[in-house]
Amino acid sequence: MVTLLYFASLRESLACSREQVALPSGSPTVAALLEQLRSRDARWSEAFAPGKNFRIAVNQQMANATTALKTGDEIAFFPPVTGG
Amino acid sequence: MPIVRVQEADFDTGRELDALTGGRKDVGALASFTGLVRDANDGSSVSAMTLEHYPGMTEKALEEICREAHQRWRLLDTLVIHRVGALKPGDRIVLVGVTSAHRGDAFAACEFIMDYLKTRAPFWKKEATPQGERWVEARSSDDTAANRWRK
Repeated sequence: MVTLLYFASLRESLACSREQVALPSGSPTVAALLEQLRSRDARWSEAFAPGKNFRIAVNQQMANATTALKTGDEIAFFPPVTGG
Repeated sequence: MPIVRVQEADFDTGRELDALTGGRKDVGALASFTGLVRDANDGSSVSAMTLEHYPGMTEKALEEICREAHQRWRLLDTLVIHRVGALKPGDRIVLVGVTSAHRGDAFAACEFIMDYLKTRAPFWKKEATPQGERWVEARSSDDTAANRWRK
């Protein structure tokens, strides 16, 4: 299992802040996880559509689609940041 | 070691900066930046703001930004305080303080920390406007500002 976190506008549009999901099979990457999320329904495929501007962090470090995943990882999805 | 705090409470700018320099006799320069909540943005008036963050990652990201500043310039101490939760126009939102022997390093590092904070630290602003609530969109000018340090 891995923990998924969603923040800000992404959290609101998906109506989800946190969940646990099974690690994608094979050699799991962020890309495989995104594919799994997109296959849920139209709302998820829209939120993570290719070209959509969102950021990914794995275990609280910025990551990208090629980042490898392992059991117990914390994967966060969020829009570009706007603090300060 | 960088001092990083993410908190709902307001901060006393003078007291925080005094604490940063207090007791040190080798500080020749203290540069600081205070960010305030504006009452207008993108053509709308703004009556309130809510700051969301990613607990844990936010602190790590800010510490990493400060550490990078320490590698680039000759600094003594760095401080970042960022507020989260409900804020209103005029409220303080962020304080960055940098001490150094000389002003050039302190000025540059203070600007660098703010530029990287704007693009790398996981904070998101939601504004209340007459048209309703809206998330603040990231600006390409913030990316441009951060990218100039890559040269």
